[in-house]
Amino acid sequence: MDTEVSGKPPVGTFDVAALKAEFPLLQREVHGRPIVYLDSGATSQKPQAVLDAMDRYYAEINANVHRGAYHIAERATMAVESARASLARFLGAPSAEEVVFTKNATESINLVAHSWGRTNLAEGDVVLLTMLEHHANIVPWQQLAAERGVEVRWIPVDDQGRLDLANLDALLHGVRLLAVTAASNVTGALPPIRRLADAAHAVGATVLVDASQWVPHQPTDVTGWDADFVAVTGHKMLGPTGIGALWGRRELLDAMPPFLGGGSMIQNVTVDGFTPAEVPTRFEAGTQPIAEIVGWHAAIDVLDGLGMEAVAAHECDLTEYALRTLADRFGDDLAIHGPAGVVADGAVVRGGTLSLAYRDVHPHDLSQVLDQHGVCVRAGHHCAKPLMKVLGVNATARASLYLYNDESDVDALADALADAGDFFAS
Amino acid sequence: MAGLEDLYREIILDHYRNPRNRGELEVPPATMTEGFNPLCGDEIQVYLQVTDGTISEVRIGGQGCSISQSSASMMSTAVVGKSIDEARDVLRQFKEMMSIHEHGLEGDDAAPADDRPGASGLGDLEALRGVVKFPVRIKCATLGWNTLDQALVLSEAGSPTE
Ligand SMILES: Cc1ncc(COP(=O)(O)O)c(C=O)c1O
Repeated sequence: MDTEVSGKPPVGTFDVAALKAEFPLLQREVHGRPIVYLDSGATSQKPQAVLDAMDRYYAEINANVHRGAYHIAERATMAVESARASLARFLGAPSAEEVVFTKNATESINLVAHSWGRTNLAEGDVVLLTMLEHHANIVPWQQLAAERGVEVRWIPVDDQGRLDLANLDALLHGVRLLAVTAASNVTGALPPIRRLADAAHAVGATVLVDASQWVPHQPTDVTGWDADFVAVTGHKMLGPTGIGALWGRRELLDAMPPFLGGGSMIQNVTVDGFTPAEVPTRFEAGTQPIAEIVGWHAAIDVLDGLGMEAVAAHECDLTEYALRTLADRFGDDLAIHGPAGVVADGAVVRGGTLSLAYRDVHPHDLSQVLDQHGVCVRAGHHCAKPLMKVLGVNATARASLYLYNDESDVDALADALADAGDFFAS
Repeated sequence: MAGLEDLYREIILDHYRNPRNRGELEVPPATMTEGFNPLCGDEIQVYLQVTDGTISEVRIGGQGCSISQSSASMMSTAVVGKSIDEARDVLRQFKEMMSIHEHGLEGDDAAPADDRPGASGLGDLEALRGVVKFPVRIKCATLGWNTLDQALVLSEAGSPTE
């Protein structure tokens, strides 16, 4: 399938208008206005190439994989395994066998908590999280804490919503696992993953990176991070919903028991018991979402066609434009939680996730008025309640930029914000 | 198409800007029940003083969006002076008004609501009917009411039956 389903926008140039044309949903109107989609942090839109790849899979080669010896079953199996190889390369993983398909990043993290966590963590062991984490990288560890007496500890954030690493050495004392996001879905902050991994490894801890908000936007190199586990989710990176993956170091995965039991994940079953299959099949119980895997592969082809360096550069420019435009137009009426600038000390420290507080308009009301302008932003706590508490808010309105957004989208956001201010002026 | 004016009726904005029965009551003798909207982080406290089976005082604390705040404010005026059973009746009618029926799945915009004036005995609360066209906001409108529901259970358990 890999060669059949690639839809490649022009390489090298970043022609956003041409790129937008590849996304059917971005052509529609809402409330009589062209849609301005600024909620890619929740889920991205899908290019035609992804939709076509999934349709073509069902129309031409739909069959269960790793089971039949007939032509279309071979083709379907090939489609799944070539997607795995493509994803492994895209993530900078040494081997496709280290890539396990899951439903989403949430399931990937739960897989580690259940399988690795329940094998390796005992009472008194410490799991170190950060205040930037999404509930997906909090609750599975709290479940383990409740069940096993594991201690959960937190790396704090500073007033710009970045990790405060001043006491990292002390925090790492007794830590068996560091679980950290590579990009905050609230403040856009990009923690220094390699530095954190080095510090954690120095005390013998294992490192899990939640890369849900990183992989769609930046070139990824799990080897360069020196991570042990990396969770990713397909629907935020142009792929369909219902598909994600866990990358793990081979020796760790090999030593882990299965997570879910059922078909496909076994070598042998008798009335007395079962022998689990090799990695990665051991962790892929039951029929996989094959069409979604195929769609995700097509999404990776689109991202490869654009080049992740180019995607990152475009979003960096656009985020700078957004920070500048919103500050110019609204001054102190608008607060943006998170790092003030895109670049600090020569490194990119924030992505295009803009959590807004506008005068005293509640985020829900704000997003409702923006919607009348066709502007889609998310209102709420963004599944990061501990962080919201530190920021001193119950909710924010979040605009998140992606590769198909341009300056006109930011301008539309600013116009809609001005209108919302008028509507709720009391 | 459901427009903003369907949602933000004047009376709703009025209750948002000038919330009624805002504050606290001493616990005990009153009861306090807390509710959270897990989607958006809004939170609310409902203080209830039940005397001889009648809701003699209500106070609302917490914070949230215009819909959750105004709905709670309107709720407080709707149930004060009522018996627990009468309050439950208003609660049931309100939640019925806020439910999406099967036809709500058709088309892009939510189903037309029953806009006949006096279609229910809900009075001013009718102004919240438009919320059902904005399904995401239904949880905001019902937050105070679901909290009231628990508060009624708590008051009944706490106070000796008449
Ligand atoms: C940082 C982060 N981690 C994890 C997730 C969970 O992703 P999914 O719901 O696809 O499992 C999200 C998505 O909202 C996220 O932003």
